[in-house]
Amino acid sequence: MKETKKLFWQGARDIIPLLIAAAPFGIVYGALAQANGLSTLATIGMSLFVFAGSSQFVAATLVGVGAALPVILLTVFIVNLRHMLYSISMMPLVGELPQKLRLIMSFWLTDEAYATLSKRLLDEPKMAHFHRYYLGAAFAMYFNWQCCTLIGVFLGQQVPDLTKWGLDVAMVVAFVGIVVPILQNKAQWACAGTAFISALLTFSWPHQTGLLFSSLLAILVGLFLSRDEYAKVVHDSVEIGPNKDNANE
Amino acid sequence: MNEWLLIIGMMALTFIPRYLPIAMAGKFKIPPLLGRALEFVPIAVLTAIISQTSLVHEGELDLAFTNPYLYALVAAVITAWVTKHTFKTIVIGLVVYAIAFVLN
Repeated sequence: MKETKKLFWQGARDIIPLLIAAAPFGIVYGALAQANGLSTLATIGMSLFVFAGSSQFVAATLVGVGAALPVILLTVFIVNLRHMLYSISMMPLVGELPQKLRLIMSFWLTDEAYATLSKRLLDEPKMAHFHRYYLGAAFAMYFNWQCCTLIGVFLGQQVPDLTKWGLDVAMVVAFVGIVVPILQNKAQWACAGTAFISALLTFSWPHQTGLLFSSLLAILVGLFLSRDEYAKVVHDSVEIGPNKDNANE
Repeated sequence: MNEWLLIIGMMALTFIPRYLPIAMAGKFKIPPLLGRALEFVPIAVLTAIISQTSLVHEGELDLAFTNPYLYALVAAVITAWVTKHTFKTIVIGLVVYAIAFVLN
């Protein structure tokens, strides 16, 4: 198999644990959207064309309580701003890629695909053809999400209580499995701790703005605490001469 | 409400924040400070989602020992820390959740 093709399938393989974790989420979405009065076609259409788990959940919930269209759209927009953080963090990687490719990469940008890529880049920061790997993971996520929506639409009609089983716990443990192994230094731990506590203090803010605020605050804390380490790295890298041997100890 | 108007609107508002930065990449140099901040993005966003999803239910903070998510969260953090393995973390977290959910 060609090397680039191999990378695509590696991405698809590496995202499998997260597909399993996202599956209940997709199934509950399918069931919930139907229960809240979206037509079957619109329920499926949303997964096909919007493809954003939390936005779809928010929209299905708001449709259920009879919210106005502009309110739903504004909420969806704010909920999705965290994807902008992901998109910004991919900027240093995609500068050389053609726009057509960037279009599909953006449409398929999810927590799961992003997390899979981040993990791989941690092991191999200067990865060649990283986009093949990413597209494999992202495609698998898209395909899985469509299947789960269909299952949810079907199951929702059979098991009306499905939406109360707390199936989103799968997402929680999956994200723990991604984040905790990355935590290696003081700044990263502080960043995680800040995000955790701040999100609990701000959960009642409207339209999940607390989530965005907490993320930004946590990034600032991480930046602040890593400034010495960073300065040291820069300092060490320019330092030559008598101290060279000491630095290697 | 027109469902397809909703979907088209959602599609645009979901796609734009995902696409704009990626589309503009390469047009200017990323300042080092921003580059360093970006390394914290996955930790910050995913942790905030973890904490709200596990400890906030139906609009209220749920830190009681009857919250099965709490057990799943603790079990997952320990497993992830010890094994550094995503899939094992998911399996053990879910098993602990199921036990706590049933015993409740």
